Amino acid sequence: MISVRNLVKNYGDFAAVKDISFDVAQGEIFAFLGPNGAGKTTTIKILTTLLKPTSGQVELDGLNPAVQHNEARKRFGIVFQDPSLDEELTAFENMDFHGVLYKVPGKVRAERIEKLLKLFELWDRRNDFVKQFSGGMKRRLEIARGLLHTPKIVFLDEPTLGLDPQTRNQLWTHVKKLNEEEQVTVFLTTHYMEEAERVAHRIAIIDHGKIVAQGTAAELKEQTGADTLENAFLKLTGSTIREEEAGSLDQMRNMARMFRQKRR
Amino acid sequence: MSAIYILWLRQIKRYFRSRPRIIASLGQPLLFLLALGFGFGPIFQKAGQGDYIQFLAPGVIGMSILFTAIFSGIELIWDRQFGFLKETLVAPVPRILIMAGRTLGGATVALFQGLVVVVICVLAGFRVTGFASLPVALLFMVLVAVMFTAMGTAIACVLSDFQGFQLVMNFLVMPIFFLSGALFPLTGLPKALEITAGLDPLTYGVDGLRGALIGVGHFSAALDVAVLSVIAAVLVAAGAYLFSRIQL
Repeated sequence: MISVRNLVKNYGDFAAVKDISFDVAQGEIFAFLGPNGAGKTTTIKILTTLLKPTSGQVELDGLNPAVQHNEARKRFGIVFQDPSLDEELTAFENMDFHGVLYKVPGKVRAERIEKLLKLFELWDRRNDFVKQFSGGMKRRLEIARGLLHTPKIVFLDEPTLGLDPQTRNQLWTHVKKLNEEEQVTVFLTTHYMEEAERVAHRIAIIDHGKIVAQGTAAELKEQTGADTLENAFLKLTGSTIREEEAGSLDQMRNMARMFRQKRR
Repeated sequence: MSAIYILWLRQIKRYFRSRPRIIASLGQPLLFLLALGFGFGPIFQKAGQGDYIQFLAPGVIGMSILFTAIFSGIELIWDRQFGFLKETLVAPVPRILIMAGRTLGGATVALFQGLVVVVICVLAGFRVTGFASLPVALLFMVLVAVMFTAMGTAIACVLSDFQGFQLVMNFLVMPIFFLSGALFPLTGLPKALEITAGLDPLTYGVDGLRGALIGVGHFSAALDVAVLSVIAAVLVAAGAYLFSRIQL
């Protein structure tokens, strides 16, 4: 379903992704783990047509996302690392907007929206503005939205960041259910190792733009002689803390976050 | 087409839902109209130029369209900061349609704002003399709205955050307004100012509006329409090009 060969992405002198290759089979849940700044989000952006690779081949369901943008875009749904909802619209309007952009026909659209909002327990709040939603509700809405056009692949970029254990648990239950019932291929990144171990069929660990290990959770533990996936991860990536420089975007986001908290 | 429509609708909904923004954006034209209109009125009269409110109103209408349109375009920066832009960019819709929908939405909002200011001007004592040419006035308002929304969008594609916003306001938007002849007649100006005003796209918008609403124009209406159409087309093309090159 996803195939990546010798992918490289450079930003000027800085190499964010250095020659990585991996495959994800149809119906598989694949976890992409790595410290901050390892190249996870860059890879997702290339797979989802938002960035062009410097070199290497990428295939999504047999399509090249760098060339066949629109065909590739129909095939996947994505939940971004940071929020991407329009807070001035209601939950229903956000869903409807997405449905129209993805050309889901009117009747099917209404049915799917109702089904998904009910599944993610947001149907009662469908006419409320997203700005009134909690972090967990926004996350659920984003996932529901990403599934509206019945994609074959779902990308989840740190979907559980900042959520409480209850919401996280519920979210993964839904993801597993979707994967089993509709055979949706899932590509996810997370910092919570126990989540990856729980849901992912296969795991790749990326560090400094390179894939350092690939396999099932059991295989990774065996390879490193570690008792938990977390220890295996630390053995593979070392224990130095990565400093990521905040770009202007991050600074702006932090300011916006502070501003919102003050108003509450 | 449905993509253009839904993007247009989103802009309209956002505008009508933010009442403080509507009210705030009416404050400025009102202030200009009252303070300058009544303040300079007597001097203008003494200089033999007639009623200043009559002269100023088309300028204030042009100003409110300029500001609303630029701001609607620049709102793209917000969408980028708050992530919504990504949602539209990964959708299977050619970017040119996204840009078109946004620009039409922003221009509609700016046009509406302009029409509200027309009403305010009439309440303040402005009298339209050429009723027959009201459709022509509307055409000028549309052209100005589209032109500056596209300009705002093009700027927003280049700026990645709001740090540069003040720069744009002080070195682009304010000069466009003050040098456009919105506040003063274009006849008998010092050469330098005359040339600058001639290069300012808003000059032709305000002049066209003045011609249509009160029957006094510096250039011919045909020249105004031609200049505005060309500049609007260039800016829309530039905006579309820059928008198509955005990488996140």
